[in-house]
Amino acid sequence: MTTLLKVQNLRKSFGGVAATDDVNLDVTEGELHAIIGPNGAGKTTLITQLSGAQKPDSGSVTFKGTNITRAPAHARAKLGITRSFQITSLVMDMSVMDNVALAVQAKEGHSFRFLKPARKVKNLRDEAREMLVQVGLGDRADEPTIELSHGEHRLMEIAIALASGAELMLLDEPMAGLGSEESAKMVSFLLGLKGEKTILLIEHDMDAVFALADRISVLVYGKIIATGTPDEIRNNDDVRHAYLGEE
Amino acid sequence: MTGFKRSSWITLATMVGLLILPPVFFWTGNAFYLDLATRLVILGIAATSLNLVLGYGGLISFGHAAYIGIGAYAVGIPVYHEFYGGFESVASTNGLFQIGMAVVISALFALITGAISLRTKGVYFIMITMAFAQMAYYLFISLDEYGGDDGLVIEVRSELPLINLDNPIQLYLVCWVSLAAAMLIVRTIIHSRFGMVLQGAKGNNERMVTLGYNTYLYRLVAYVISGAMAGFAGALMGNFSSFISPEMMAWSRSGELMFMVILGGSATTLGPVLGSMVFIVVEEVLSSFTIYWHLPFGLMLIGIVLYVRGGLMGLFKGKGD
Repeated sequence: MTTLLKVQNLRKSFGGVAATDDVNLDVTEGELHAIIGPNGAGKTTLITQLSGAQKPDSGSVTFKGTNITRAPAHARAKLGITRSFQITSLVMDMSVMDNVALAVQAKEGHSFRFLKPARKVKNLRDEAREMLVQVGLGDRADEPTIELSHGEHRLMEIAIALASGAELMLLDEPMAGLGSEESAKMVSFLLGLKGEKTILLIEHDMDAVFALADRISVLVYGKIIATGTPDEIRNNDDVRHAYLGEE
Repeated sequence: MTGFKRSSWITLATMVGLLILPPVFFWTGNAFYLDLATRLVILGIAATSLNLVLGYGGLISFGHAAYIGIGAYAVGIPVYHEFYGGFESVASTNGLFQIGMAVVISALFALITGAISLRTKGVYFIMITMAFAQMAYYLFISLDEYGGDDGLVIEVRSELPLINLDNPIQLYLVCWVSLAAAMLIVRTIIHSRFGMVLQGAKGNNERMVTLGYNTYLYRLVAYVISGAMAGFAGALMGNFSSFISPEMMAWSRSGELMFMVILGGSATTLGPVLGSMVFIVVEEVLSSFTIYWHLPFGLMLIGIVLYVRGGLMGLFKGKGD
């Protein structure tokens, strides 16, 4: 198993607060690696530094052997990293299909193509439809995105991440705000992706995390206090004390 | 009729009306209305070009009048120097040289100012585009050679092969064809893959960047295309009015272009043209009653912005659209 993503000594502070405090993390190809931690532990801040939306103060991020610490977000996406958003981030005034097709289109290299109508480019549409069918939104493809429910928006986020063809998917709380039935659906869907995609998952739902993850890292106040298999984490005293003990 | 939306029919009808009615007015002895129509069609081209960045790109450029000025001066300055492209043999087509200059210089101005402006967002973008336009405005005021703020009379209109712009009907038809072409170009662009990225970045820039699009570059290209088209409209404006002055690029002129786009309906094909029609007609009618016509005009604009979603085109929107 090769290491796909390597994070070394990553630091980021806002004012006096260290949101990311000397984080070291390896994500192995094909694994589902979960990051858990109490509210305000710096999980989303960590994701933004991996996706490129924010730059760390120091430390390095290496993806497939390339140092991408300073690479802008769009360049990282081209290399094969995609993220979903904790707070749904879609183009609301476009159709469901258009949103996913834009993700497929992003793989084409560049989009300085001015003549042919994008909605008539068959391979874009076909691939996007395939992704929507996969997440169970095939019949809602032509509706305006804004008409869909929150749960469906979460599924769109996943469809877009899949459609972008990224090797590494950074999923920021895909279950956020979902009802128990929708959550269960999402878990079974992510289970189906295991092995196909490398996933770094941030999630609050502990049942989901322990059902899905190959390895878990626990982030508390910007520091990773433990990394291991679900069983190791469950039995780790520090983790119990810092995190699970609160529940 | 399936496949052809109500708004498309309205667009078609409006364009046919614009093609036929003004020449008819001219031939029946109302030459003034042809003049009015020529001006509105030229402003329609400029508003259409602004709509590409403002309506579809969400980039509120407050400096598009600068391109009209640049385009017009690109016609006026060579005429002033009696410079017809340098070759007597092609002198008869100096219009192509002038219009070419108008487009190229406008595109360059858009490239340079856009490259800087697009690094900012929101209100800052509005202010910086306006500041660049004001720079162009004061530059031409300071050029005494070309009349400073008194402006400059263009003695000879652009000469084009087979077309005589001194003939008002021919000039009008050139403007009409240009408007139709501009609408078609913008429509093609916005439906293309490029256009989808541009509109996606308007709706959710962060999402588009996360997908791997360098949205800055896409916006810059749209800005340059828009500037070049507005410069072309400026070249027509110079030919139409036979007179150029820095006043053409004052910030209030940029504001009027924004009015037209928003009044007519931004992000629609016909909206900017409707906006320029209403603007010209209302200006004409109201200003014949009172010199304070800006007041009722402003109230009308506020009313439309507040109560009609999507401008005048919003009024025509059928359920299926």
